[in-house]
Amino acid sequence: MPQSAGKILDHTSLFREPEYREMLARKRACEQMPAAVRVKEIADWTKSLDYREKNFARESLVVNPAKACQPLGAVFAAAGFERTMSFVHGSQGCVAYYRSHLSRHFKEPCSAVSSSMTEDAAVFGGMQNLVDGLANTHALYSPKMIAVSTTCMAEVIGDDLQSFIATARDKGSVPKDFDVPFAHTPAFVGSHTTGYDNMIKGIIEHFWKGRERAPNGTINIIPGFDGFAVGNNRELKRMLDVMGVSHTILSDVSDQFDTPSDGEFRMYDGGTTLEAAKAAVNAGATLSMQEHCSLKTLEYAKGFGQETAALHYPLGVGGTDDLLVKLSELSGRDIPAALEVERGRLIDAMADSQSWLHGKTYAIYGDPDFVHGMARFVMETGGEPVHCLSTNGGKAWQEQMETLFASSPFGQHGKAWAGKDLWHMRSLLATEPVDLLIGNSYGKYLERDCGVPLVRLTFPIFDRHHHHRFPVWGYQGGLRVLVALLDKIFDRLDAGSEAGVNDISFDLTR
Amino acid sequence: MSLDDRNDAEFHQRLIGEVLAAYPEKARKRRQKHLGTVTPADGCGGTPGCAVKSNIKSVPGVMTVRGCAYAGSKGVVWGPIKDMVHISHGPVGCGHYSWSQRRNYFTGTAGVDAFVTMQFTSDFQEKDIVFGGDKKLERVIDEIGTLFPLANGISIQSECPVGLIGDDIEAVSKKKAKETGKTVVPVRCEGFRGVSQSLGHHIANDAIRDWVLDKGDRASDAGPLDVNIIGDYNIGGDAWASRILLEEIGLRVIGNWSGDATLAEVERAPKARLNLIHCYRSMNYICRHMEEKHGVPWMEYNFFGPSQIAASLRAIAAKFGPEVEASAERVILNYQPLADAVIARYRPRLEGKRVMPYVGGLRPRHVVDAYGDLGMLIAGTGYEFGHNDDYQRTGAHVPEGTLIYDDATGYELEKFIERLRPDLVGSGIKEKYSTQKMGVPFRQMHSWDYSGPYHGYDGFAIFARDMDMAVNNPVWGMFRAPWKKPAA
Repeated sequence: MPQSAGKILDHTSLFREPEYREMLARKRACEQMPAAVRVKEIADWTKSLDYREKNFARESLVVNPAKACQPLGAVFAAAGFERTMSFVHGSQGCVAYYRSHLSRHFKEPCSAVSSSMTEDAAVFGGMQNLVDGLANTHALYSPKMIAVSTTCMAEVIGDDLQSFIATARDKGSVPKDFDVPFAHTPAFVGSHTTGYDNMIKGIIEHFWKGRERAPNGTINIIPGFDGFAVGNNRELKRMLDVMGVSHTILSDVSDQFDTPSDGEFRMYDGGTTLEAAKAAVNAGATLSMQEHCSLKTLEYAKGFGQETAALHYPLGVGGTDDLLVKLSELSGRDIPAALEVERGRLIDAMADSQSWLHGKTYAIYGDPDFVHGMARFVMETGGEPVHCLSTNGGKAWQEQMETLFASSPFGQHGKAWAGKDLWHMRSLLATEPVDLLIGNSYGKYLERDCGVPLVRLTFPIFDRHHHHRFPVWGYQGGLRVLVALLDKIFDRLDAGSEAGVNDISFDLTR
Repeated sequence: MSLDDRNDAEFHQRLIGEVLAAYPEKARKRRQKHLGTVTPADGCGGTPGCAVKSNIKSVPGVMTVRGCAYAGSKGVVWGPIKDMVHISHGPVGCGHYSWSQRRNYFTGTAGVDAFVTMQFTSDFQEKDIVFGGDKKLERVIDEIGTLFPLANGISIQSECPVGLIGDDIEAVSKKKAKETGKTVVPVRCEGFRGVSQSLGHHIANDAIRDWVLDKGDRASDAGPLDVNIIGDYNIGGDAWASRILLEEIGLRVIGNWSGDATLAEVERAPKARLNLIHCYRSMNYICRHMEEKHGVPWMEYNFFGPSQIAASLRAIAAKFGPEVEASAERVILNYQPLADAVIARYRPRLEGKRVMPYVGGLRPRHVVDAYGDLGMLIAGTGYEFGHNDDYQRTGAHVPEGTLIYDDATGYELEKFIERLRPDLVGSGIKEKYSTQKMGVPFRQMHSWDYSGPYHGYDGFAIFARDMDMAVNNPVWGMFRAPWKKPAA
């Protein structure tokens, strides 16, 4: 009997016990699964160039895509505003999925409601669901704002949010002047980054539309969809304060997804105040940290006469330099010595460790701007990005990546794969191996199948805890990313060492 | 737990009143039917009742924790069948959020002969909505054939748009099954169908009936002691910890539905002598079908906690005669010292602690006696998507006065937890962190909080350990800063 009260074995070891091995073997015998030799043959073939060719010839099937759908981005974006409840109009299961998904990454509650449309609403439209739903949400959860987005069901049947919300207002679901911004977020267009853009635009449009701009020196900052937002937004605000730049973060989730445990559940915490979102129309400029999360929003802000600019995830030396230079340019404030010292410290650390990173090859995947920022930093360390993949990246992103590769001798082997998925990445890793893989938790299957060590540096991270609480942006963030890469390399070096067998390089100092 | 225990019905009723007061009138009328307390037995040997309404549409805007039919079909019933490719047919999100999240353990080589931890989708774009997705689906199936030759079959898990744009996935399935000679199953589990995951289970069961069981017969010969485990999804290895016991009492398990299942196990199921159903809610439909069509009787059992395990083993064995019954007694006797030792270790640490489960369609009643084995009491319980027959089955397990909540909303749960201050809440990821922030220990009771198995004697030890860890962790004592005075 494998189990005992003194030493309780759970799934991590129980099924390795002889009783379970025998049981599983008996089960195997009657499962009618392919023979082991056939499995081995196919497994090997899936790692061949022939397979890669067939894999890349796919036109319709998508396997293990590294992207989610629009409303997830909309819910994330809305969460960054003061006491704002996301209301997703359509089928209810979707909302359960967004909440679970964000909670699993942040290890935090995520509140959002659904209009719970069912078959009859598919036939007659979901207006009544929205009218009743807004009234219930307003009464139960005391929000200051309800941000409405849509599931694909509501989009396919063509529900009109603007008129439905107006009707709900007329019927008294919410007070006449209550803020109910909205965004249509069809899941069959774009990805979660598109949904983020649509919701931010929906919210500022709600506050800005028809208003005259009285320009001031403030800068609006759009962080973009970012699993590291808790750490990153706080670091960003710190840098802005050090620089003395007057700013408004448009959607700041850093407190919402990092509430304390002190006995009180805060359904809402922090976020951009509605007053600030309103006043943001007067800003001198709007600066996005992630271009591909804010294409429409920036266009909209431009229409008000604001200067606009976009970065590609300000990570590493050049990424942060660009951020500070751009902020200085837009605000007229000098970059203070304190930040220059931080820059020097990051450079110092990179110099100390360069021999361990120079020439390392990488595969990087994730949202378009993350991959860009990450590849850029990798090149700064002397590393070579080889496979850069973004399922939700398009042609524009691919060109930006190609320009980036061309900017450095370390980019000469770089190739950008727009619209490809992680099953494509598997073929790339199997046929053209690299030293390190940078991605999210889903990368663990690639790590297992292809033996390439995975560094988890982007959303979602389900199987490691709390990484998102520390920034990867700015010079400080660069240090953290640097350490993550180095630790992975050193740990792998040591992990292979067995005393007396192959521990010659088991060095104490490196 | 002794049924002589009482919960304070009057307090619970008052609490329900307070909670309902927050709702607008229309919603209040609807919600009040879903909240109640367990009423006394009728005095004629009947069991206590919990007569709340259930399996009704959720109220819009209240933060139901329910999912959808797709979640019930792909996420629960079909997804664990390991040697088939399950296509999330429609936009990318549904398959993404449900990718590898249910911990249906399996053996096999992912991407080669098993596909449980992968996400296959037709990734609908706008043009697919406008022009229809059938042609794309055909190409998707062809490409699966090229790249995953060892897949034994395909299921098509419909997402919302598929049913709205008039696609004919049944025709595509028939055509492709004929072309490839493999099983291709269309499942109409669009998320807007029904009121929760529950209809998805039913639709998934019907698809098994219509597209697997009634299609030919590739089954092997059946033996007199052959049984199927039905409705065990092998969360954290549950089905394995159950199977080992059934084998020990002398039975042969020919099908594991659907945790760690192969298509062959599904196909041969009607040859069994008996269907043993754990999750009644999600798979009773197919058991009833196999009873009517194939003459396979079925029975419910419960492998949570030693009391129920022993009772279940005896009841199962009784269907097979004295020899198996004698084996069952030996097995129970053999495991009793383990159960006793686990209880001796953990019961003193958990005695009298009050628990509030809020789970899907089975566990709100099935785990009650396992908690009872550890001396823990149930303060309230309820189902996300249970039906009337689930609530009927619940009354026998919980004491009079117990708070009952059906399709509880975020607001209700928060208030109930705040006022009842249970020692432990057992629910899902969406409920976990808000509960813990209130200083109330929590275990995820869908995924076993990344632990498990919890079924069987081996699983009970883990269950006991985990509940103790949750309740008695020192972190709960640190919430108040030492310079803060306790609230008056």
